[in-house]
Amino acid sequence: MTSLTAKYYDLEPHHHPEGASTGLGFWIYLMSDCLMFAVLFAVYGVLGNSYAAGPGPKDLFDLELVAINTGLLLFSSITFGFAMLAAQKGNKAGTLRWLWVTLGFGLAFLAVELYEFHHLIELGAGPWRSAFLSSFFALVGTHGLHVAFGSLWLIVLAVQIAQKGLIPANLRRMTCLSMFWHFLDVVWIGVFTFVYLIKMI
Amino acid sequence: MEHHSHQDHGSVRSYVTGFVLSVILTAIPFAIVMQGGLGSPVVTALVVLGFAVVQILVHMVYFLHMTAKSEAGWTLLATIFTVVVVVIMLAGSLWVMYHMNANMMPQMQME
Repeated sequence: MTSLTAKYYDLEPHHHPEGASTGLGFWIYLMSDCLMFAVLFAVYGVLGNSYAAGPGPKDLFDLELVAINTGLLLFSSITFGFAMLAAQKGNKAGTLRWLWVTLGFGLAFLAVELYEFHHLIELGAGPWRSAFLSSFFALVGTHGLHVAFGSLWLIVLAVQIAQKGLIPANLRRMTCLSMFWHFLDVVWIGVFTFVYLIKMI
Repeated sequence: MEHHSHQDHGSVRSYVTGFVLSVILTAIPFAIVMQGGLGSPVVTALVVLGFAVVQILVHMVYFLHMTAKSEAGWTLLATIFTVVVVVIMLAGSLWVMYHMNANMMPQMQME
């Protein structure tokens, strides 16, 4: 009997080393996050022309500000890459240095975005003004919220690395955060193209 | 048993290449739109979208280090599935909602 079952079933549970599937699992989370962003993009695509006799993109958007934000995120992507390379070499001080630089760019991005939101709301163009602005704030705000939580995660990870060093668990966390961070930059490409540039043509 | 998925984290060169390409692929569409477009709005929009698609691919290759082999192909498979769903969802929503809007009776369009 046992020999028969053994043919069809794995009687010995085979062991995966700890964290072996974390990378793929995290990637699948990112893909589900991608679907959520796609829904928000679709909403913006559908409602993006419903101004309710209120201000439109050309009255509100400042492309220079968007270009600055794009640059900040791009710089943060490459500095995170350098942090990964330093971590691979086992260079703890270098890893931490690049992580703090990345955090700086992330926070600068958030500061510019908050300034933009504040400016729009002061103009009376808050999310309540029109369907266009509701969908704009929902999409761009969700991206900003991701960057905010990514920054929080960055701080936590930097503290963990400072305390425990570049142990395997920390390297795994760093790989996940790097995927998260680069993914946010990819979503931002969609945002600056679809939300800002296309509407300013 | 092959449990080790040797993740490629790239090199300084690959990150710098990705960065330079991204800067170029960002600067051109921004410049086009800020200079007032390429004459026809549809052509401008398509060109800008094209740059975005290329830049997304650049990010995936140089920053996310995606290859067909990472995690025995499951990463790529999950990504392809997501892209298919996203395309159906985006194109379908825009298409359906555009026609709903166009077919609305005039008196329903009152602001």
